[in-house]
Amino acid sequence: MSYSVKVLDHYENPRNVGSFGKEEEGVATGMVGAPACGDVMKLQIKVGKGGVIEDAKFKTYGCGSAIASSSLVTEWVKGKTIDQALDIKNTQIADELALPPVKIHCSILAEDAIKAAVADYRKKHAESV
Amino acid sequence: MLKLPIYLDYSATTPVDPRVAEKMIPYLFEKFGNPASRSHSFGWEAEAAVEEAREEVAKLVNADPKEIVWTSGATESNNLALKGAAQFYSGKGKHVVTVKTEHKAILDTCRELERQGFEVTYLDVRDNGLLDLEVFKAVLRPDTILASVMFVNNEIGVIQPIAEIGEICRARGVIFHVDAAQATGKVVIDLEALKVDVMSFSAHKTYGPKGIGALYVRRKPRVRLTAQLHGGGHERGFRSGTLPTHQIVGMGEAFRLARLEMGAESERIRMLRDRLLKGLSDIDEVYVNGDLEQRVPHNLNISFAYVEGESLLMAIKDLAVSSGSACTSASLEPSYVLRALGREDELAHSSIRFTLGRFTTEEEIDYAIRLLHEKIGRLRELSPLWEMVQEGVDLSTVQWAAH
Repeated sequence: MSYSVKVLDHYENPRNVGSFGKEEEGVATGMVGAPACGDVMKLQIKVGKGGVIEDAKFKTYGCGSAIASSSLVTEWVKGKTIDQALDIKNTQIADELALPPVKIHCSILAEDAIKAAVADYRKKHAESV
Repeated sequence: MLKLPIYLDYSATTPVDPRVAEKMIPYLFEKFGNPASRSHSFGWEAEAAVEEAREEVAKLVNADPKEIVWTSGATESNNLALKGAAQFYSGKGKHVVTVKTEHKAILDTCRELERQGFEVTYLDVRDNGLLDLEVFKAVLRPDTILASVMFVNNEIGVIQPIAEIGEICRARGVIFHVDAAQATGKVVIDLEALKVDVMSFSAHKTYGPKGIGALYVRRKPRVRLTAQLHGGGHERGFRSGTLPTHQIVGMGEAFRLARLEMGAESERIRMLRDRLLKGLSDIDEVYVNGDLEQRVPHNLNISFAYVEGESLLMAIKDLAVSSGSACTSASLEPSYVLRALGREDELAHSSIRFTLGRFTTEEEIDYAIRLLHEKIGRLRELSPLWEMVQEGVDLSTVQWAAH
């Protein structure tokens, strides 16, 4: 299948690949998908004072569109508050990357990864919020 | 000088051998006659060429030329064999047996037979991809009229025990069809010895042109088929339609070359396949899918664990290969063949099929090895699964959020 220029760019030069130390202050992790389905995304956010996402990292097992979707999301969430991050919708991701219909599930997974990471952050910081 | 991309997908199709193409060309213009024209030399000339080609196809599989029927390819051959035999013998019974790892041209035709009122048993294979003869024997019933088992699997290259299955079928009075699309020029086929009743062939998997194939229909003991294409009564009524002389000539020449060269060619390809396997075997967590012994040397199907197949295909776009992963389909189903082997889904999603052929070189194989080493490393750095495994997590114990 043919990929858009943006998918290829994120695939060839993925942004923010890697992992934070699990014990680092303000780090939360969202892991979504399943190996059996052919894609697993791990999105980590590092949340600073005032609930602003200072940094984000990802690792993804999946097709080129899944890798590109998660790479894009790490760029988009940086600098946003966790509430703003939750406003990112899969349709925006799909539009930005020009995903074909069969790859829409990759953008849905990326949105789910944000939700999962934020949920993990809120769970860890339930007391302090 | 290495030319990119490198073609390692010979089981999808092969290039037409230049010697074959050369032999075909005169039949497009100078010798364009209809082989069914009996009243002039244009027709006679074309007919002679068709019959010479029929002889060559028969010779490769040690059959009588009268047992060869031209078709448009293996898909049509499979349709004619299964529907034709099932319909002709339906008075004797309505049970058909096949295998879960067959090509879609068999499986979908069997689905159609079910719609027509036949009952089909789809057999499992062992984890090496081979059919268990005891399992096969056990499902045969008094009303079983037809069995269909492929010679060489298109995805994993394993060779089914056709001789043994043939003995069982003959003893039980079951018509035995074999899809040999991936077998010609790769394994010795002797239809004098094999108790096969009907066998499908394709030209384009064996350096002939696309759009032409053949069906072997045994004469002794005689096998009958109900025709599926009606018209001028060509091919003794088995398959009507004007014969495409140029393509038939191509198939004949391709099969002649296969007969003369397959011995040396298979040895050369085995050496290259072994070189590829050896070159990849120092990568961690690499698994060969399908039996490595009962297998044509042309095929290497490998799972690179924790790397998804489609993204790997993107990474190695200098190699023209195919993947068992089908992330492009809405269902996200990995290869049904690998699933039938009992491969975990993640390994099925991580598989790449390399198929080598006549024009594959050592230089190409070495390039492929280097490229795979580099890209597998990169994709594993990106893989959360690989990271978890390195940390000692057993992935089978993880509760995944399936989507």
